[in-house]
Amino acid sequence: MDIRYFAWLRERIGTGHETVETRAETVADLIEDLKALSDAHAFAFSDTNAIRAAVDQELVPFDASIAGAKEVAFFPPMTGG
Amino acid sequence: MSVDVSDRAFDPGAVLSAFSQRVDGSGAIVTFTGITRDVSEGDLQAMEIEHYPGMTEKALGDIRAQAMDRFRLIDAVIIHRYGRLSPGETIMMVATAAPHRRDAFEAADFLMDYLKSRAPFWKREITARGADWVAAKDEDEDALNRW
Repeated sequence: MDIRYFAWLRERIGTGHETVETRAETVADLIEDLKALSDAHAFAFSDTNAIRAAVDQELVPFDASIAGAKEVAFFPPMTGG
Repeated sequence: MSVDVSDRAFDPGAVLSAFSQRVDGSGAIVTFTGITRDVSEGDLQAMEIEHYPGMTEKALGDIRAQAMDRFRLIDAVIIHRYGRLSPGETIMMVATAAPHRRDAFEAADFLMDYLKSRAPFWKREITARGADWVAAKDEDEDALNRW
């Protein structure tokens, strides 16, 4: 599964893109898997209130299913406009 | 060109002229233009805008479609830049056209509220002290409850 990171999440993890093997069923499960990858991941995901997720480019809550998803992205709350 | 995401500068006046011609016969056009301002201590050197290519275009298209659905509009455009911008540069613009002014005003306001917290852009301020990500405000999220 393709994982994308943006803004300070990308900086803390040290990459904007990685591919992971996961059996996670939801976004929340996937976050637990990602936190186990490295100290940088654990630090980046330490405050999940400050993080938003998109599954296949659609903003979703953390209990959303990732079954069949190609791409999951994590980022801080957006600051457009 | 109903949604345009680009790293290039644009001329809001030229956008308005082209839009006015396209919606010839509409009774009201409202535009909003966002400009890079110094939001910290008066020493902003640049604003860097990161975005999520693909999702950005999709999110802006969805937001525009919602506005078209919700208000009596003839047309609407959204333009948003990414990349490095100097203070005073135009970041983004929305234009709405409707038979009546209230729909045009409200739709522009709606577009801006949704752009703020539902379009995948992240701003970073560059100052003499370094680079800082701009934090989202609770009031931006609260603003969505108005609609």
